[in-house]
Amino acid sequence: MELIVASAIGLMTAAGVYLILQQRTFPIVVGLTLLSYAINIFLFTSGRLVINEPPIITGANSYADPLPQALVLTAIVISFGMTALIVVLAIRGFLETATDRADLPEDDFPDETETGS
Amino acid sequence: MLLALATLTPFLGAVVPLLTDRLGRDICALATGAVTLTALILVMSHAPAVYSGEVVTWSVPWVPAIGLSFSFFADGLGLFFAGLILGIGLLIILYARYYLSSKDSLSLLYFYLLLFQGAMVGIVLSDNILLLIVFWELTSLSSFLLIGYWRHLPESRQGARMALVVTGGGGLALIAGMLILGHIAGSYEITEILQRGEAVRSSPLFLPALCLILLGAFTKSAQFPFHFWLPHAMAAPTPVSAYLHSATMVKAGLFLMARLWPVFSPSEAWFLIVAPVGLITMLIAAWIALFRNDLKALLAYSTVSHLGLTTMLLGFATPMAVIAAVFHILNHATFKAALFMSAGIVDHETGTRDIRRLGGLMMLMPITATLTFIAAASMAGVPFFNGFLSKEMMLEEASHTAIGGHPWVIPFLVTLAALISAAYSYRLAISTFLGPVRDDYPKKPHDPPIGMRLPVAILAVLVIAIGIFPAQTAGAIVERTALAVVGEPLPKYYLALWHGFTPALLMSVIALVGGALLFWCYNAANQLRLVFASMDAKSVFDATISGLVRGARSAIEATHNGSFSRYAGIILVTIVIVGAAAFFDAPYGAGTRQVIPGTFPATAAWVVLGALCISLLFWHQNRLLSLIFTSGVGLIAALFFLQFSAPDLSLTQISVDIVTTILLLLALNLVPQTSPQETSTGGRFARGFVASAVGFGVAALAYAVMTRDFQSISDYHLAESKPGGGGTNVVNVILVDFRGFDTYGEIIVLGIAAITIFALLDNALRGAAARTLANIRSDRVQSVNAHPLILVVATRVLFPLALVVAAFVFLRGHNEPGGGFVSGLVVAIALIMQYIASGYNWAAERMRLDSHVLIGAGVLIAGLTGVVSLMFGWPFLTSTYTYVELPLVGEFEVASAMAFDLGVFLAVVGVVMLSLAQISRVEARAEPEAVPEGPMDVPLEDGQVVSSRSSRSSEGKES
Repeated sequence: MELIVASAIGLMTAAGVYLILQQRTFPIVVGLTLLSYAINIFLFTSGRLVINEPPIITGANSYADPLPQALVLTAIVISFGMTALIVVLAIRGFLETATDRADLPEDDFPDETETGS
Repeated sequence: MLLALATLTPFLGAVVPLLTDRLGRDICALATGAVTLTALILVMSHAPAVYSGEVVTWSVPWVPAIGLSFSFFADGLGLFFAGLILGIGLLIILYARYYLSSKDSLSLLYFYLLLFQGAMVGIVLSDNILLLIVFWELTSLSSFLLIGYWRHLPESRQGARMALVVTGGGGLALIAGMLILGHIAGSYEITEILQRGEAVRSSPLFLPALCLILLGAFTKSAQFPFHFWLPHAMAAPTPVSAYLHSATMVKAGLFLMARLWPVFSPSEAWFLIVAPVGLITMLIAAWIALFRNDLKALLAYSTVSHLGLTTMLLGFATPMAVIAAVFHILNHATFKAALFMSAGIVDHETGTRDIRRLGGLMMLMPITATLTFIAAASMAGVPFFNGFLSKEMMLEEASHTAIGGHPWVIPFLVTLAALISAAYSYRLAISTFLGPVRDDYPKKPHDPPIGMRLPVAILAVLVIAIGIFPAQTAGAIVERTALAVVGEPLPKYYLALWHGFTPALLMSVIALVGGALLFWCYNAANQLRLVFASMDAKSVFDATISGLVRGARSAIEATHNGSFSRYAGIILVTIVIVGAAAFFDAPYGAGTRQVIPGTFPATAAWVVLGALCISLLFWHQNRLLSLIFTSGVGLIAALFFLQFSAPDLSLTQISVDIVTTILLLLALNLVPQTSPQETSTGGRFARGFVASAVGFGVAALAYAVMTRDFQSISDYHLAESKPGGGGTNVVNVILVDFRGFDTYGEIIVLGIAAITIFALLDNALRGAAARTLANIRSDRVQSVNAHPLILVVATRVLFPLALVVAAFVFLRGHNEPGGGFVSGLVVAIALIMQYIASGYNWAAERMRLDSHVLIGAGVLIAGLTGVVSLMFGWPFLTSTYTYVELPLVGEFEVASAMAFDLGVFLAVVGVVMLSLAQISRVEARAEPEAVPEGPMDVPLEDGQVVSSRSSRSSEGKES
């Protein structure tokens, strides 16, 4: 089971990274979403895999580690906030420049400044 | 206390000239002078104590962890330099008042000058070497402003930049050297370090520390091979040059060498580095100075030469040489400041500083000429002027100092340097003032106003007074200062005009007569100079700098070319390499934790996930399709959490997945529907390779983590959840109680993100954005039935049910899976569904709750919960709970954490609504058809069903 989960995390990460390396904003946002799924699961697994022992006090002997769960819960919500912010940046950038390229156009670089000579 | 105040006075007083600027130049100069005078009085109030042998100290800790304290001390040396800096500063302020033309801002010059003055006083009075470095850097910065004062002149800007690069670079070396020194001495207080010279010298790190500190001192004091910046700094206004290069900035290096003299001078390395560097600087700079035609350039190189002289004396490492060095610093400050100001007067009156165009000024400006002669005679080393005395002491010391077993090398070279020095002094005075009166001066010269002559006259009087009665005028100062440098009783010495027939006298005579001869055959010497192809240090500096700039630029262009994928690629590849290096650097063994056997559902989910990810790679250019695949991955993540004992996470994941998908769908309406194929096959393979490497690394790491046992701190949370937090859902208790502060921070971050989204889109309906939007609207193919009746009806019926579910999830959250986050998302989804089904305008008209208010209220309620516990005397966000008996429902508990969870709930609803509704609002502009009034529409309060069409047209009018 550990191998299945680890390779699943790897698959999601690889797909997310591949999309992030694209040149348009929308695939990058989608890639970020995938990457945050992968990372959230990765963080969660630091509490190790436990089946049928949810951390709800019932008098059982052992429970899954609640701390990574609590951290990941907020991380999921925060990644939504981040995705929303980035997607809006992408929208605004597209509306403003009529292109959704993620690269900086050449002429946005400052000209040569005065040097010592 | 007064010491610290004396240092801070110029800094605090720096605003005074700016404030008094409107009151006229006289008031401005007076007020600035008053600031300096105050500082001078504060410093000098310690003179009686210091001159009776005390060392005045004052200290408060600043950053004790790194040994930095705000500590000052005044002994003879510090007081001597502070007096020079502030005393000459006063004269410069007076002089600048008359020197600066009315076009230039006097107050700005005074402002920079006071900043610089404060930094200099800070250097000489600091007890802590880290504090000293702070002031040292401040002098580099403020001198940059001063040298570049005429910012419209390119020479001025280049000179300023060169000074900053050289002294700032030396400053970096100094920081490193000082840190090593403090480390090996075990203290950063100068008074302590001076006691531990023996320990410092025996450390293996002594030589690096010495070299680095000397690098800082040599760059600041323009010692060879860093001498080239000082003449270029002459592009500054003359008052600045006179100040920086006679009394202050360049003396900072000398001060530092004198300050640390007891620690360093007993070592062999000190003599072998410092004395030759000083000697070479003295000789080379004198030779260059002789042939300068610009008065200020001549003075600049002569300053470098005299700094070299003083450096050499400190390098001799004998108490007598220190006495000579201290005396020469004093004498040089007097005659060189006077000469700079005279040069400024000549420039001011004739309009040129070129010696070849001057001459004969004696008749036209006799007073200035006389004053210049006095100062120049002192510089040449003519008897009865103070320069003679210290120069003779220097020659005396040099005459019996051998280097490398050769007793004649130093005496010979020193005499040669003194000879050249006499020659350029003659040239300066004679070529400018004697000879026939010319009729081609750019301006008609005459003696300047008294305000410009007075500072020169004061200094000239000092030059003669010290020259004739050295023991009576300067004796006490020299003694006390040298005592402070050496740190032990001085040998017997006499400051006197006549010491009998000594070797030094002979050398003096040779220098004066030889200098006259050299000046007499100046033209021949000039031919000789041209034979030696001289290398211009500035062109070397420029070539170095432009080489560095080119290197930096090509490095930046290769990496920082504006391509996002390149940045991301560089970061990712670096992470992979660092991770791999760490992995192969350490032994690795397989984990020992018991592995859970795989199941069929898990394998099936894995296959689906793999299929989704691979499909994404192939069809990501179809953006709608990529979105569907991604939400599928999210659903599998939710299943994963459910499988592995995390029901809360599963609920949250599935709600967030829905919200994210809606968000991206909305966004997709506003951006192109497909991504063009832009990358080459090679580019795709490279991306695929990077992605695989990262994915493999993460998978391996996750596997390594999961197959190992671990120690968790969660036992406490599990044990205390019920008795301490009053809830059985430990995850929820952690969120709202144990780690409530984190959650509080998180909802604030979410709120900020939502408000940023609002701000980004709020004004997106104007300008270029509006035009792009109009194009989208006309291009888009729309569904015939944008708002299907079944969807409209279903969402409206489901809405109250969804609210009930949300309330249920919220209330049980403390004990069972659920809570504020999840129920907030459920409510938000229910609301968003109304927007989707019935259109933005229809829903917006009926939405009575302002999302901004929701976010604000959420954060406020959560915060108040914490404040309430503060009022009961508990720490912020401590929770308490009690049991309440309700009819029908039975006994249930109410925890104060529930109020906190309510804040979370409100904030989440507000954040989701604000971001999604804001995007929909922009989109509503692109909607071609208004929503037809549906059969289920409830009339609005004012009694009429407002159709979307009318509101849309009114919105259209507004914009």
